[in-house]
Amino acid sequence: MELALQIKDLTVHYGGFTALDCINLNLEQHTTLGLVGESGSGKSTLARVIAGLIAPHEGKILLGTQELKKKRSREQRKTIQMIFQNPDASLNPKHSIRQILSEPLLFHKIVGRTDVEQRCKELLNQVHLEQKALDKFPHEFSGGQRQRIAIARALSVEPNILIADEPTSALDVSVQLSVLELFNTLKAELNLTMLFISHDLGVINAISDTVAVMRQGKLVEQSPKDQFFIRPKHEYSYELLSAVPKMPKSSTSGGFL
Amino acid sequence: MMSIQPILEINALSLAAKSKERLVNNVSFSLSKGESLGLVGESGSGKSLTLRAILGLLPNGVEQTGGTIKSDVSSAMVFQDPRGALDPLCMVVNQLAEVVYYRQKVSRKASRMIALELLERLGLPDSLKKKDRYPSQLSGGQCQRVVIALALACKPGILLCDEPTTALDVTVQRQIIETITNLQQELGFAMVFVTHNLAIAANLCSRLCVMKQGQIVEHGATLDILQNPSDPYTQMLIDSVLPLPELEGSRDSWN
Repeated sequence: MELALQIKDLTVHYGGFTALDCINLNLEQHTTLGLVGESGSGKSTLARVIAGLIAPHEGKILLGTQELKKKRSREQRKTIQMIFQNPDASLNPKHSIRQILSEPLLFHKIVGRTDVEQRCKELLNQVHLEQKALDKFPHEFSGGQRQRIAIARALSVEPNILIADEPTSALDVSVQLSVLELFNTLKAELNLTMLFISHDLGVINAISDTVAVMRQGKLVEQSPKDQFFIRPKHEYSYELLSAVPKMPKSSTSGGFL
Repeated sequence: MMSIQPILEINALSLAAKSKERLVNNVSFSLSKGESLGLVGESGSGKSLTLRAILGLLPNGVEQTGGTIKSDVSSAMVFQDPRGALDPLCMVVNQLAEVVYYRQKVSRKASRMIALELLERLGLPDSLKKKDRYPSQLSGGQCQRVVIALALACKPGILLCDEPTTALDVTVQRQIIETITNLQQELGFAMVFVTHNLAIAANLCSRLCVMKQGQIVEHGATLDILQNPSDPYTQMLIDSVLPLPELEGSRDSWN
């Protein structure tokens, strides 16, 4: 398998606090890596370093074969896109959906000026929103719809790597399910490579191919999904998995918790 | 069950905003001593408003337009966001002692003793005895324990929990739920537990009420509801609990 992204000995300090401690992580082409961990474990910091929002103190990131430096080229920036946790905060409330979607299209010169409108409509279609949404503003949509708009914006520049930082945490459970379904279809349609961050193990199970666990800035385990959920290698992973509240067993087994 | 006098009875409760918009419509349920009732539903379904109505703490602009709330005992609430529920400028032991002082009518000195006992019971570190701390110096889980202690300081007959674990990590969530369950067995209070996580409600509560858009769409014993949901909305909620494969091995393999 070809590697889309390699992270080598990455270290980040915030003042005296070590947020990331010598992280080594490989992201394979066309797979989804689920990153789990509790709050403060450094998941989001890792995502931000990869997206180029934070400069690491040590270590390097390889995108394919080229190294990502502190100053990135436009092409490199285009390749990695990010979806944030809270769509209320990541969409500009004063911009219409048309402006939100066309800005990255024009900046990265994905399509010509005349085709922008058409491309925007296609993008909305892709995330199952109606075309008349183009002239509306973010506040006119529900939380789930807003997250769909954020997804459409991230996909608009045809990135190779998509980072999703807790994209469903701010949503209701039923909406979460539909957004996850959307991610799964998009993944298959566009052959996306994705880094999916969540603290919810159920969500990770629904979407990932590989699972990586972080704790206090360190990577404690990276395993294929099936293996991770049944036989985790690390004690901490086991602790996380067993802490998830389970539905009581159904009538077939007879045993009720 | 029927012979026991309920300690909380809500009959056809309706709440509406000043603009006549109906927020909670015709909600009825009752609670017996020591029982736990789960209120599940998504945001905007009126779960929290119902709780606030029980507490008599409706937000500005929301009024009770019908129905009755009858309760023989006092109730206290645990809020969703522990940092928002605590005064950031007041040390936590002082905050708790203040509640004890006013609610239990004891001297300042005794209230501090009781406060420290409560904190110990909730599993907060002993270092608080020597040096008091501000909420910002405690972790989210510790803050939530302080908030639960604040509620328990009122010696409530009913503990109202408004999504007490939603803002917390899974491992901390489990600890808090264990704490609440143990305290309930020890102190015997009744509980109304509001959550959108059906799995938590199913493990904690013997009865469930499923709310949707201000109405109770289904209520009954937890087991019945989970096995034979009659409302499509309940079925949808059950389906939205993402499954996890069964874990192999046990905790002992690492010890």
